[in-house]
Amino acid sequence: MSLTLNHFQLFNLPETFAVDSLMLAETFRELQRTAHPDKFANRSDQERRLAMQHATQINEAFQTLKHPLKRGQYLLMLKGIEMDSQQASAMDQLFLFEQMELREKLESIAKQADPMMALEQFMDSIAQGIEKLINTLNHQFQQADYAACQNSIRKLQFFYKLQEEALNLEEQL
Amino acid sequence: MALLQISEPGQTQAPHEHRLAVGIDLGTTNSLVATVRSGMAETLPDAQGRHLLPSVVHYRQDDAPLVGVEAQEKASQDPLNTIASVKRLMGRGLHDVKSVGSRLPYDFIEETETAKGMVKIRTAAGALSPVQISADILHALRDRARTSLGGDLTGVVITVPAYFDDAQRQATKDAAKLAGLQVLRLLNEPTAAAVAYGLDKAAEGIFAIYDLGGGTFDISILRLQRGVFEVMATAGDSALGGDDMDRVIAQWIMQQAGIAEDAEHKHIRQLLSIARAAKETLTDHDTAAMQLQFDNGQHWQGQLSRAQFDELIDPLVQKTLMPCRRALRDAGLSIADIREVVMVGGSTRVLRVRAKVAEFFQRKPHVDIDPDKVVAIGAAIQADILAGNKPDSDMLLLDVTPLSLGLETMGGLVEKVIPRNTTIPVAKAQDFTTFKDGQTAMAIHVVQGERELVTDCRSLARFELRGIPPMVAGAARIRVTFQVDADGLLSVSAQEQTTGAYSEITVKPSYGLGDKDIETMLREAMENASNDAARRTLREQQVEADRVVNALKAALKADGKHLLKRREFETINARLDKLLHLMRGTNPQAIKAAVEELEQTTRDFAARRMDKAIQKAMQGKTVKELDAEIEQN
Repeated sequence: MSLTLNHFQLFNLPETFAVDSLMLAETFRELQRTAHPDKFANRSDQERRLAMQHATQINEAFQTLKHPLKRGQYLLMLKGIEMDSQQASAMDQLFLFEQMELREKLESIAKQADPMMALEQFMDSIAQGIEKLINTLNHQFQQADYAACQNSIRKLQFFYKLQEEALNLEEQL
Repeated sequence: MALLQISEPGQTQAPHEHRLAVGIDLGTTNSLVATVRSGMAETLPDAQGRHLLPSVVHYRQDDAPLVGVEAQEKASQDPLNTIASVKRLMGRGLHDVKSVGSRLPYDFIEETETAKGMVKIRTAAGALSPVQISADILHALRDRARTSLGGDLTGVVITVPAYFDDAQRQATKDAAKLAGLQVLRLLNEPTAAAVAYGLDKAAEGIFAIYDLGGGTFDISILRLQRGVFEVMATAGDSALGGDDMDRVIAQWIMQQAGIAEDAEHKHIRQLLSIARAAKETLTDHDTAAMQLQFDNGQHWQGQLSRAQFDELIDPLVQKTLMPCRRALRDAGLSIADIREVVMVGGSTRVLRVRAKVAEFFQRKPHVDIDPDKVVAIGAAIQADILAGNKPDSDMLLLDVTPLSLGLETMGGLVEKVIPRNTTIPVAKAQDFTTFKDGQTAMAIHVVQGERELVTDCRSLARFELRGIPPMVAGAARIRVTFQVDADGLLSVSAQEQTTGAYSEITVKPSYGLGDKDIETMLREAMENASNDAARRTLREQQVEADRVVNALKAALKADGKHLLKRREFETINARLDKLLHLMRGTNPQAIKAAVEELEQTTRDFAARRMDKAIQKAMQGKTVKELDAEIEQN
């Protein structure tokens, strides 16, 4: 039966975008203490298989709920809304333009006098952008404005991708 | 003997029997075995009082192999039959082997189209794979443990570098099987070290374990919180360690002394052991004097200063810092978040390593624990718990998969299915489709690594899904599922969604051994030891049945009353009696059948118990209240 619960139900959380991350981590440890295969090492094959299924499900749920982007996508899916990646063209022009600028900025960092410093500033601005979007999403989910949520989630994807590329650059510097 | 009675749940059980379990650190240079005795984890010495077993095996034509110090003594004299650092060859092909000068360390069997895969070495005892050689080391440790503990082992925990890929892990597990060991868990070395260190210091917070051994490097970042050891990220290099330092020193000596690139094997072995001695000397001294005397009359005398040594090894030490940066990044942390850096592995004795690590993490690393023993100690603690000797322990290890796992797609590109540093166990499914009209089969190529091109990643396995109904290109839906278990081992299945055509493999890496190979080796090994295969099978079935019976009895005692209807209870009881009866017989097939029958009957019960436990855990902090309620009812 536990295997059929959705991620929020499994963690005994309300189906909202805002989650208490400390509580989430605490419940995660508590659930794994119960279901992890190590707790069944001395049991029958059947119980060990069952434990692995449950531990897998708990890990998957935790990863999804922990990450704002995955959590947002999952929550939309629960609300019966499919994210359609083809529809990205519907995004507002201003945002896309901003993203292009940020990308150009990232590409120019390596050539600057103090690239580490420039990268740090750049990463800060990305982190701020992400935080702002998360707040927006929180509000939009509360209003049950799922079309707006979809749009914000797409924007969030752009920001995370940019963050990843910035981190890749950091590794190269 | 009377049947064990179980009809009245709630009665006290017989006092708990202590099961013999050990932790084994199967190292590149040295191996150790440890156990928990009277609550204390300790490494086990041999009859001469030596704790470290050099991971060296010497093969002879008509005699059992020598392992350890006795083998090491043969290294210079009979280099091609004396295998050291075999760990570096586990799950590896010939092109992975590092040379000194132009010499490969052993007489490798040439790779041909038909015999591709893990390396094989020609020795006096025949052609051997690294799995067989490792099994001989494990065998020696098993004998030591049995002698010292006075009984058969229930199970072992074997440590592997966190950065070992699937092929290397599978090879290690195969070696244990070959040595007749029941593996309770493959445990990552830095995690084992964290267990020993964390429990000893009652540490809480975020820790970095820097583990530089003889042939492998790992960095793991863990969060320790009330008995839970949660690996946040791991990175490393599974072919970097003290051996490489010896090699650069040896190469330096070759230049200084004018020794030819293609010097004889025995001379290279001599060089390497002089290099190693010099490296060790430089931990406590500013210079190391070296003297070389070959049996061909060539001799050389020289000195290596610490500054020269530092310069020689700096590129190697530098190579460990990039993974440190990556692990921090993957964990989403900065250096300031790390509470302490713990140094593990013999190579962290090198002062330059300590200095560079201190510089990188901006703090003095913790070097007070015995870097050789700590991994085995941690493994022993985990083995003790997994064997069931500590039912009330709240320790839990949550580890991750070190390398991304993916599939080959069109154009030789890799589609990642499970990214690195995902907490295990994990399962992920991804849908693929056909490329051509009417395509009825699909080749699935499983790879591991971070790069985008298949050719830059390690190939783990290939298999085919057949029986796809002919459709237009792009219409079929093939779901490929990756499952990584708690040992970090991968299995992959593929299914066409509309017809259900199905194919599954436990990934037996291209570089691994087939189940058949293992069976053949086991049989040969048993014939050599004049062991009785049938008795072994019976014993194995009895052990498994024993496990099922004990687990079920405990389960019935705890939950039989709440979760089973009277009739269910009676059915289970009857089948349990039947199994208990058969277990005393000598028919392994009958025992197996009875175990399966019993498991069939208890499937719902097991699922209900798991649900109940999860329900309780979901309540988080209110568990105690719930317990109280159940007590009252």
